[in-house]
Amino acid sequence: MSIPKFTRLITTACPLNIENIDTDQIIPARFLKAVERKGFGDNLFRDWRYDESGGRIAGFPLNDARYGGEILVAAKNFGCGSSREHAAWAIFDYGFRVVVSSFFADIFKNNALNNGLLPIQVSEDFERKIFAAIEADPAARFEVDLPAQTFTILSTGEKTSFAIDGYKKECLLNGFDDVDYLLSIGDEIARYEAAHA
Amino acid sequence: MGKTLFDKVWDAHVVRQLDGGRSVLYIDRHYIHEVTSPVAFLGLRNRGIKVARPQNTTGTPDHNVPTQDQDKPVAEEQSRNQLEAFARNCEENGVEYFRLGSPQHGVVHIVGPEQGITQPGMTIVCGDSHTSTHGAFGAVAFGIGTSEVEMVFASQCILQPKPKTMRITVNGRRGPGVTAKDIVLYVISRISASGGTGHFIEFAGEAIRDLSMEERMTVCNMSIECGARGGIIAPDQTTFDYVKGRPRAPKGADFERAVARWKELCSDADARFDAEYEFDAADIEPMITYGTNPGMGMGITGTIPSDEGLSGSDRASFAKALDYMDFRSGEKMIGKRVDYVFLGSCTNGRIEDFRQFARAVQGRKKAPHVTAWLVPGSKGVEAQARAEGLDKILAEAGFELRQPGCSACLAMNADKIPAGMYSVSTSNRNFEGRQGPGARTLLAGPLVAAAAAVTGCVSDPREVFGL
Repeated sequence: MSIPKFTRLITTACPLNIENIDTDQIIPARFLKAVERKGFGDNLFRDWRYDESGGRIAGFPLNDARYGGEILVAAKNFGCGSSREHAAWAIFDYGFRVVVSSFFADIFKNNALNNGLLPIQVSEDFERKIFAAIEADPAARFEVDLPAQTFTILSTGEKTSFAIDGYKKECLLNGFDDVDYLLSIGDEIARYEAAHA
Repeated sequence: MGKTLFDKVWDAHVVRQLDGGRSVLYIDRHYIHEVTSPVAFLGLRNRGIKVARPQNTTGTPDHNVPTQDQDKPVAEEQSRNQLEAFARNCEENGVEYFRLGSPQHGVVHIVGPEQGITQPGMTIVCGDSHTSTHGAFGAVAFGIGTSEVEMVFASQCILQPKPKTMRITVNGRRGPGVTAKDIVLYVISRISASGGTGHFIEFAGEAIRDLSMEERMTVCNMSIECGARGGIIAPDQTTFDYVKGRPRAPKGADFERAVARWKELCSDADARFDAEYEFDAADIEPMITYGTNPGMGMGITGTIPSDEGLSGSDRASFAKALDYMDFRSGEKMIGKRVDYVFLGSCTNGRIEDFRQFARAVQGRKKAPHVTAWLVPGSKGVEAQARAEGLDKILAEAGFELRQPGCSACLAMNADKIPAGMYSVSTSNRNFEGRQGPGARTLLAGPLVAAAAAVTGCVSDPREVFGL
């Protein structure tokens, strides 16, 4: 088993300048009835993207032809609320590989990392610069360099570094999966159990 | 330097410490439900393995179940498929699960404690953010994603960064009409919906000590609503008395030995927390939310705040929330029309919540325009409510009990609040569309819900019920 590998990416970004985007907005509960992990991207931000009759809501960035690319940029406290991993699946399935925010909810961050979706936390100041760059030119491109742990606004040259747990970085670079790792230390887990029985 | 309660429980469960801060954490108890487990079971199948320690896992279908006619086949096809897949997955892996309609069935965070499966000092996880509920027993309990559910299935461990610690002390005594829900909504309104992110919160102080076990569960349940990984309360006699005699609790001498161990579970006097807050219970009045995250709460007699002091995206988000709710800064909440009342969920679906609601509405009548959904958290709660005659008190006042499930808390089943309607809800989230597309949620405790149900508008329960 494996997760999708991630190394470097140069792409445009979709701006979502809203705070406290909770996982019920990312994927509403009524779309969690599948027993397989596919097709969630169709319902990503469902109630912000579509009206009751299924028509696209004008003005929502995912419906705006000017925006595209593999980076989603959102304001602070992204992914709060429910632990549903379907939120990370929906974002990935839609085509994003990176989510940038000035603050992530804990469970979402773990879920993203476990699915090859890279959460990049930047300062509020740098996030404003990203939004400004997209506003100035929706075709503005950005570079994500995981080995170097940097995020660059190519139109202005502004660059920031980002933090990532060393273990999760290795997993993303190599497509490793935590379950494989845990299975590989099965003897050690059994010894712990025996000692604590 | 001393250790915090959280550190003691966490450290005792570390199998291996990885460079960079992640721990391989051993999990004592794994709860599962039908929505976040199927893809994890699928992952096991793809690897050609089964649940490694099925005896450490307990399942109950709750998110997706109907709250009426549970003896009949589930009408909605996708829901039925998910429930059938859940039963099949549990059976194929030898995992016990509480079948819909069985006496042990109910919402996962209600039945675990009810059966005595949740105990002090344990590590407990579930693919549900409100797993924090079990922290009320002095357990380290937190919500996980489906990949992590698969990790626990495969190895009984997960890889986790260790959270920081925070202590929230609530001093003094609460006033009449102030419930545990009001305490925690107050705390979240003060530290914000993200104020606890990255932390595990220990709740302490006289006002916390004074809470019953069920009230402590309400407080810990909501710790995720300020972004915290979990909440924890040191176990004491209240805890031991609650656990004693439950079906899965240790018995006889085993129980006494367990209590001796559990008494060690407290923060050392010289333990240091990464963050500390102190509040005074006397400052807390019955609470209600006015916005679209649980941090947007206020005392019920107050007025909706303004966006003064906010800037940029903060201001835009505040305006978006009020626009969704169709509220304006400076308005009072009291007197606002209420269309629906929901009593239930893992936050307030326990017997004490039903007693409180029933006693409040006794001898009164439900407001004619209000639709009320009273959903017990488990078959146990439902049976107890009937045994105590609460169903009759409620029926005389115009209310009926439904059958257990998560129901309108997240509106995954048929219990959806229609667009534009206002719902006073004892659940945990007031996010846009949480209770149905376009639904407007006002979070509150059972007494505020009772007051709204009989008056048909947001009302102060202290006035309505003369508390």
